[in-house]
Amino acid sequence: MNIIVCIKQVPNTTDVRIDPVTNTLIRDGVESVINPFDAYAIEEAVRLKERCGGKVTAVTMGPPQAETALKEAIGLGCDEAVLVSDRKFAGSDTWATSYTLACAIEKLEAYDVIICGKQASDGDTAQVGPGISTHLDIPQVTYVKKIVEINDKSARVERMTEEGYDVVEVPLPCLFTVVKEINTPRMPSLKGMMRAKSAKIAKWTAADLDADPAALGLDGSPTRVVKIFTPEARKGGEMISGSTDEVAKELVELLKGEVV
Amino acid sequence: MASIKILLDKCTGCTLCVKTCPFGAIHMADRKAVIDMAKCTLCGSCVAACKFSAIELEKSGGPRKDLSGYKDVWVFCEQKKGVIQSISFELLGEGRKLADKLGVKLCAVLLGHDMETAAGKLGERGADKVYLVDHPALAAYQDDPYTAVLVKLVEEYKPEALLCGATTIGRSLISRVAIKTSAGLTADCTGLDVDTKERLLLQTRPAFGGNIMATIIAPNHRPQMATVRHKVMQEAPVKPGRGVEIVSNVYPEETFASRSKLLEVVEEIANTVNISEADIIVAGGRGMGGKENFARLEELAKVLGGAVGASRSAVDADWIGYSHQVGQTGKTVVPKLYFACGISGQIQHLIGMQSSKVIVAINKDPDAPIFKVATYGIVGDVNELVPALTREFKRALNK
Repeated sequence: MNIIVCIKQVPNTTDVRIDPVTNTLIRDGVESVINPFDAYAIEEAVRLKERCGGKVTAVTMGPPQAETALKEAIGLGCDEAVLVSDRKFAGSDTWATSYTLACAIEKLEAYDVIICGKQASDGDTAQVGPGISTHLDIPQVTYVKKIVEINDKSARVERMTEEGYDVVEVPLPCLFTVVKEINTPRMPSLKGMMRAKSAKIAKWTAADLDADPAALGLDGSPTRVVKIFTPEARKGGEMISGSTDEVAKELVELLKGEVV
Repeated sequence: MASIKILLDKCTGCTLCVKTCPFGAIHMADRKAVIDMAKCTLCGSCVAACKFSAIELEKSGGPRKDLSGYKDVWVFCEQKKGVIQSISFELLGEGRKLADKLGVKLCAVLLGHDMETAAGKLGERGADKVYLVDHPALAAYQDDPYTAVLVKLVEEYKPEALLCGATTIGRSLISRVAIKTSAGLTADCTGLDVDTKERLLLQTRPAFGGNIMATIIAPNHRPQMATVRHKVMQEAPVKPGRGVEIVSNVYPEETFASRSKLLEVVEEIANTVNISEADIIVAGGRGMGGKENFARLEELAKVLGGAVGASRSAVDADWIGYSHQVGQTGKTVVPKLYFACGISGQIQHLIGMQSSKVIVAINKDPDAPIFKVATYGIVGDVNELVPALTREFKRALNK
């Protein structure tokens, strides 16, 4: 089974601090990590390989330093990795990003399953996974929390919904976006880390893809940022002190309007 | 290929762009801004921030398309088991304002089976017209037929804007429709407005981790598509008896074909209210001290008719299920009232709840970051305070 996992390198939010004066992000010293939701995608891809045999290829589109994320993916059990990187991709919104990734995937050998995290922690759009499946014209199941059964023809999966879950049967090749509930990602193994160190990452530019240049990067992106502003920071309010009973009474009085 | 440059004669060296750049790609040299192309992603934040129009972001593209044939504001109305979901009424409330500003009709799009009666009621929620497609294959959401039908409707009737809920269904569907119709799509908007002159939908959303807001447009593509999270917009008021025009659409049978097959819809009966729906959330973190203490939160939530939430560390400790988790890897919630009990307030948690109307924080550490966002803060023991609050609320609410 050929499995492709699409990942993104994002700023590590546990490092993010906010400048109390300007109320902007302090980026110095913020390291880049694999998008937390993609860790579940990598783990599920590796588990599928362990279950069915085959190969896992990790793909990312990003700046040259995104190679680090791919090496980490290899350390976690992926076999091969492709970095799709070019100035021509700069300014891509989700339309152009999913188009570029779809073009890269088409260049790879035939695949059975594509797995993505449900969304990236820096953009939170959840649009790129469905975008890829649409560009490739393959079926998708989003928010997958369990792959119940899979063979080389089809899969039966559970899709998380607001109320519970749906059981969906889908023919391969297809694309899944996965949620946290699907697994507990393993730590990289020593062997994996050694492999990651020496792993060769394929690097593709726009010229390597069979892509329409007008559909790449900013030119291929329908959306554009016109205004940026810092929201007014939520200010800490009133501190209430006193004995437990006093505090409880005062709070109930203050919150009466909210609790009807 | 697109390019960006600083217009040196206009740059005053004010450094606003340096502070704005989410990627740290701008620095000053000789009191002029310099862009580091290796770091720049052409996101356009600096262009939007510069007060002197000193940064030029050029997009090479074809000639401007003729967009004049596109009109009306559409709302995709989500239904489950034939019941129109409340997110749809929120979108109709917002859509009505936008349609009025643009001087166009507000149209609801309803896909389902035997939905005629429900469609007729959408006028009472502000819709002027309902595009209805009725077919057994649309009874429950499936990616393929829903995408095919919505694409057909968009291509036939050409709306200028299309709003959709940022729900499991909405996000899965609209992402596909935007690709197929080459439309711009902005996720999770917290504010929507229109530029009536250019007929642009101004879509504001948190960007780059949530503490910068960005306003996004799609100047040369129609429809302009946006998703909005549940509970962010006000529900449209009910106007009893207000009528609506229903346009029923019939499509060839192959439009409704689905590669995937929905085998079963399972509803898990949660012992408490779904946190994304709740107006009041009582949430606990590591400071609760143990699984058994979560019962205290449940009691308070019960008295208030609210739901129980949790921080990631409480979920990871197995004190409560993942469906209760609030924050970056859990759910984003916008209740009227949020109790953070024994939650220190790591940024990943704050991202998920800081838009709540009123936040009450109870924590024994006076320096806990949660107090920086709390409307009311109490330094103390949650396991004493929560039962006391439950008692007082019971008395006040006569329960």
